Amino acid sequence: MAKETVDQSTDEAATSGLSTAPVEEPEATVVAGSFGGTRQPGARGHLTWLGRELVGWARWFWRQLTSMRVALILLFLLALAAIPGSMIPQNNASTTTVQDFKERNPGLSSFYDRLQLFDVYSSVWFSAIYLLLFVSLVGCIIPRSWQFVGQLRGRPPRAPRRLDRMPAYTTWHTDAAPEDVLDAAHRQLRRRRFRADLREDAKPGWSHVAAEKGYLREVGNLVFHLSLVVLLIAFAAGRLYYAEGGKLVVEGYDFTNNLTQYDDFSSGPFYDTDDLGNFSFTLDEFHAEFTRSGPDLGTASRFDADVTYRTADGTERSTTIQVNEPLSIGDERVRLLGHGFAPVVRITDGEGNVAFSGPVPFIPQDQALTSVGVIKVTDYVGPDGRPDQLGFQGFFSPTYNIDEVRGPHSTFPDPDNPVLTLTGYRGDLGLDSGLPQNVYQLDTTHMEQMVDEETGDVFRFDLRPGESIELPDDQGTLEFQGFERWATFQISTRAGNGWALGGALAAIAGLAASLLLQRRRVWVRAHRHDDGHTVVEMASLGRTESGRIPVELASLAAALEPVAPMLPAEPEEAPGSDTSEESAAEGARP
Amino acid sequence: MTLAADEGLADFSNLLIYTAMAVYALTFVAYTAEWIFGSRSRVARTAAALSGEEAAAEPAAVPAQRPAVMVRKGGTTSVLERPRIVTRSSSPERDAVPDGPGAAGDDERGDTFGRIAVSLTTLAFLLHLGGVVARTIAVGRGPWGNMYEFSTAFSMVAVASYLGFLAFRRNIRWLGLPLVTTVLLDLGLAVTVLYNDSTQLVPALDSIWMWIHVPLAIICGALMYVGAVAAVLFLFRDRYEAKLVAGGQPGRFATSVLERLPSSITLDRFSYRINAAVFPFWTFTIVAGAIWAETAWGRYWDWDPKETWAFITWIVYAIYLHARSTAGWKGRRAAYLCIAGLVCFLINYYGVNIFFDSLHGYGGV
Ligand code: HEM
Repeated sequence: MAKETVDQSTDEAATSGLSTAPVEEPEATVVAGSFGGTRQPGARGHLTWLGRELVGWARWFWRQLTSMRVALILLFLLALAAIPGSMIPQNNASTTTVQDFKERNPGLSSFYDRLQLFDVYSSVWFSAIYLLLFVSLVGCIIPRSWQFVGQLRGRPPRAPRRLDRMPAYTTWHTDAAPEDVLDAAHRQLRRRRFRADLREDAKPGWSHVAAEKGYLREVGNLVFHLSLVVLLIAFAAGRLYYAEGGKLVVEGYDFTNNLTQYDDFSSGPFYDTDDLGNFSFTLDEFHAEFTRSGPDLGTASRFDADVTYRTADGTERSTTIQVNEPLSIGDERVRLLGHGFAPVVRITDGEGNVAFSGPVPFIPQDQALTSVGVIKVTDYVGPDGRPDQLGFQGFFSPTYNIDEVRGPHSTFPDPDNPVLTLTGYRGDLGLDSGLPQNVYQLDTTHMEQMVDEETGDVFRFDLRPGESIELPDDQGTLEFQGFERWATFQISTRAGNGWALGGALAAIAGLAASLLLQRRRVWVRAHRHDDGHTVVEMASLGRTESGRIPVELASLAAALEPVAPMLPAEPEEAPGSDTSEESAAEGARP
Repeated sequence: MTLAADEGLADFSNLLIYTAMAVYALTFVAYTAEWIFGSRSRVARTAAALSGEEAAAEPAAVPAQRPAVMVRKGGTTSVLERPRIVTRSSSPERDAVPDGPGAAGDDERGDTFGRIAVSLTTLAFLLHLGGVVARTIAVGRGPWGNMYEFSTAFSMVAVASYLGFLAFRRNIRWLGLPLVTTVLLDLGLAVTVLYNDSTQLVPALDSIWMWIHVPLAIICGALMYVGAVAAVLFLFRDRYEAKLVAGGQPGRFATSVLERLPSSITLDRFSYRINAAVFPFWTFTIVAGAIWAETAWGRYWDWDPKETWAFITWIVYAIYLHARSTAGWKGRRAAYLCIAGLVCFLINYYGVNIFFDSLHGYGGV
């Protein structure tokens, strides 16, 4: 910082307050625990002593917390603390990955669990770091905002006694009167939008112009830091008040925004599920397009979900939801997440009645949409006339292929050669056991696998759309009528998004001002020398060492030339021009 | 759909990239020749400046008959008939240290090779640019859909910024050799390990933000890279000057090379200015990514590894700027921080795509 260049003899005022940075306290003034005073006898003395000690410690702690050094340490810790979360699976990203990891590394996991390493970003230690950082930030920025307001109200600080100690300096002799030079300097500085002020020096008969410019830099810096606080608050609001749910919808089916309809749902502690927006939509059709040649064979190029939605006021509209184009209804957004196929099957039971009919979503396993799924038939009556249950499980392959390694699978995600491959079970599906069951899994513990009557092998069959098969032992028929597509949607709402965006944009604007603008002071002093000439001295001081500052000073000096033409010979004793500084002119680097 | 014509164009793009690599290799030879020939010139100005013999060593610094503003630009000092500005920096004892003359020193053959190298760099850059443009047309989207394309675009921007500085008459030819060396490395890695002919963009990436977020990340990264190279050179040069200040005698090779670099103050400032200018853009890159994540995934921030490392990179650069501007941490410690920032950027770009389980797993290694 420029301050270091200014030796102790220089007037502090000239250089102070140029930055809103906290002034580092000399180490010696912060002596832990000794805040002066002695303890008087008696309870009262004890209390005052205790009070003084507490206040002293609190002050000390606050000063430490809001010091730049601690802010640097906290920032460093924050960066460090963010790392483990990128390497260890996190619950917020995927609980299944975390479960997987725990099963594979039980010992390590209990250790990780204790350190909250599966929830780094909501852990106590991570939160502590950023909360301390933000306390530090507020404690640092607020007082400085006031200080800055004070500076805006006040006048540019007076010149230091020795201008030649400033980072950029120039001097020359002229015949013009000091007052005229100063007048011209004042005008020039004003024209360049400096705040300029004509002031008397301590030395009688001497005066100077003090000027300052680039206050916007400070404004930018304050705006930036305060926006960070806004961002943090917006982020916290988003954690506390949000709702996010997923739903799989088959073509032609509806979704009504209602807790019972969700496949999965989570919400923040402040979110009341009564706040769910009142709307519903129908997935009319789902379109997917896949690349059919070249190196990207089989990758998706387009997903469109055509939906019709109805809002609370009774309006009904049709629209298309795409991956990057969610549908906004009120505060809620409906996003397209995934898609797959749902074979439509009809099962007639032993008595010839329809026991099951409809689409069954199968879950994709790979890029080519080889999908697995189960069909659970609960209202089934066997050939013996007794109620029973059936279950089927298997694959749906949009473009069917079979080989020895992979068995039946799909080679392309479009339904070029759709085949449904199933095996069947009969018995208790276990739905009444009271345990929650996954709709995509079959619990066959109380079921008997169907067996081919003739060969005695497992009863496994392939069907194309429109085909049907007789189940063994007159157990009925299964017809593969065709298939629909399905799409999964995420319906979410979150508080504070607008604030987060506003905060982020303000932060960027503030940063740009703070890093690209220069705050600098210029002083011009003119006084009459013993030989009758006028000595003009100019100096400038910037917040950062910028090459533009000497250039600016040079151009100011040039602008003063017409009023204060330079005298040819430079007298020897111009203040501060000893040899080492003359060579320093070379240092006026670009 | 990939048409045959597009495939032809993609092959053409690869051809251009290979040709560019060949020209970069020649460039490397030319820069090396510049350094070698330059070593014949004797320019021990630093030691002289630091020991106070500068008046003899630097005749230019003797005051002109009339005081004048001396403004150094592009290695030349323009002397105006005006008052002379004396500048001081925060490390006054180094103020007098002049910038080195550049790799060529005062050797004419060296300078010729330097000029040839710059011309070759320009040629290689044009080929490189052509390769990226051809690729863009061939794939019908931005040229940053996978790591191969990202890497080629990254080094292209780094070279472009180098040539840009030269075009604005900044004397940074000293950056040429380290830059071209790493560009060759980067391209070598790109065409072998990272090569991918994928043309497709998965629907999640098909967004206007793809055109804002990703190219900005590439530009910021390339500039941070240039800043970090300057910081590394600063570290060498600073050690060299410190040794001279302490009265030591650096080795001949170190003297010969480091003497021709700009002074530590200039290198430090160069690096700082780039990083300070990039930081707002890097911030915007992250914000743009967050906006995109909001539309694509329904949350603007969820500590995905890619997001986390972008955050870490951002914090490291914030520490760097804080340290530099407030605690007076200029010099070596700031240089380490700025290098650490670049390392974080690279971890985010290579490391996360390859080793981490991230939603941003489109890397297509
Ligand atoms: C979330 C954490 C923070 C970030 C990302 C951050 C970032 C920044 C950046 C980028 C600058 C601009 C540097 C420049 O002007 O060259 C800056 C300046 C500054 N920061 Fe922070 N900061 C953070 C926290 C803090 C804290 C906790 C404090 C208080 C102790 C603080 C005090 C300052 C001050 C006073 C400046 C102005 C420096 C000057 O005028 O020279 N910042 N900050």
